[in-house]
Amino acid sequence: MKTLVIAEHDNASIKPATLNAVAAAQALGGDIDILVAGLGCGGAADAAAQVPGIGKVICADNAAYEHQLAENISLLVAEVGSEYDNLLAASTANGKNFMPRVAALLDVGQISDILSVESADTFTRPIYAGNVIATVQSADAKKVITVRTTAFDAVPAEGGSASVEHSEAVHDAGVSQFIREEVAVSDRPELTSASVVISGGRGMQNGDNFSLLEGIADKLNAAIGASRAAVDAGFVPNDYQVGQTGKIVAPDLYIAVGISGAIQHLAGMKDSKVIVAINKDEDAPIFQVADYGLVADLFEALPALEAAL
Amino acid sequence: MKALVAVKRVVDYNVKVRAKSDGSDVDLNNVKMAINPFCEIAVEEAVRLKEAGTVSEIVAVSVGGTGCQEQIRTALALGADRGIHVEVDGTVEPLSVAKLLKAVAQQESPDLIIMGKQSIDGDNNQTGQMLGALTGMGQGTFASELKVGDGKVEVVREVDGGLQTLSLTLPAIITTDLRLNEPRYASLPNIMKAKKKPLETVTPEQLAVEVKTHVSQCGVAPPPERAAGIKVEDVAQLVDKLKNEAKVIS
Repeated sequence: MKTLVIAEHDNASIKPATLNAVAAAQALGGDIDILVAGLGCGGAADAAAQVPGIGKVICADNAAYEHQLAENISLLVAEVGSEYDNLLAASTANGKNFMPRVAALLDVGQISDILSVESADTFTRPIYAGNVIATVQSADAKKVITVRTTAFDAVPAEGGSASVEHSEAVHDAGVSQFIREEVAVSDRPELTSASVVISGGRGMQNGDNFSLLEGIADKLNAAIGASRAAVDAGFVPNDYQVGQTGKIVAPDLYIAVGISGAIQHLAGMKDSKVIVAINKDEDAPIFQVADYGLVADLFEALPALEAAL
Repeated sequence: MKALVAVKRVVDYNVKVRAKSDGSDVDLNNVKMAINPFCEIAVEEAVRLKEAGTVSEIVAVSVGGTGCQEQIRTALALGADRGIHVEVDGTVEPLSVAKLLKAVAQQESPDLIIMGKQSIDGDNNQTGQMLGALTGMGQGTFASELKVGDGKVEVVREVDGGLQTLSLTLPAIITTDLRLNEPRYASLPNIMKAKKKPLETVTPEQLAVEVKTHVSQCGVAPPPERAAGIKVEDVAQLVDKLKNEAKVIS
């Protein structure tokens, strides 16, 4: 059995998500190769070659792949992938963008966001925002899979010495063009990849009070999130929203402040390793999932917490 | 310019879905159904484009059992002009939905296809991208802003850690993210009017599409339960626990 992992990278180096995807490939067993597609991506290909247990790295270095445009990358992956039994990518914004195109080009289904490998054709994956875990079986000879990175421990980044092979395949579909990219200006980590998240709910009372979370976020290098109730009340923009219809997060530490714990919010954060809840209502459902609950007025607890850190 | 909007009937986002006791599937008996929230955003965006004079006709399409006519009516009440119901019973996988939508798109020749980035039941996040591959169209997934120009659409996309802007040649596919817009509520007069708008039903056979199974569900289970936690007395004890017991802060 042969598996191709499509690397997540910034041309200079590979991103940690690639190492989680390789871990999933190892769970499948068999030979593993890595595809690095980009422009000036030799550095990333060399980094991929150092991952232990890799057969070879295929490096497709061409202007058509510079911005990871799904239309172009999917044509390349479908071509290179023709020799493989399994095609795997991390379930990042990028992996989610191009992998379903690959599956459709190959006329196979895609298994999204796998949590575990049960056998060569059977996997578990979250549905209904993680409220239910489904076991699914693929009937396709070739499997196209995206991997939930938080479910697979990363393999080591170094220790291997795979060969790097260059692919001359050039696919430019010509229907999409990169204009610009704005990386978030915030000094804080991104919500879905932060190791600490502190979120506010309706209990924050207004948007200005979210500044009470900022000092704590600064000290913990945390991202700031919010419940849907806080977003709907106009306290903060929509992209803060953690929950079933917002962002799904699984940080090491999640601090829920003034959040009652509606189902739709819990669905977005209950896979966090440690959950802290601060709420003045001791019967709030959030306490049922919290490892550490503090029944207190957040306007007293937050300044005290910031001072104690 | 014509817009095709795909909508899906799903369990209402406020419902806590549970596995059946025999683990065969989720229990959807007597559960409230609704239009998928991301599809609602797609409808809203098409309606705004029509109000701005960019789009002249909005066609809402849904794939599923007869129940999904309700969600097509919702789209019509929000401002779509007519509906197409592709009638298929049971679960239809993203690849089959994409093939059916491609067949509808070939008949309708829309300039823009707008759909949700994912449905909140299967959470697959595949159909729009698959439709892109099958039609050869460009895709602007996870869109938070659209600017339709002459033969092109500029799409701002939510990517990890920031925003990416692409220019796509029309016809193109857009999948919506949360920030694209805030959907309106349908007014009662519009709900009444929607009942009179045309809604056509077609079958996969009429569209010459074979609905296949690629990935089958063997069973479902609840996620691992979280162990019950403790209540701490004050902030000092909380910080102590986080440092010395959970070891998540230093």
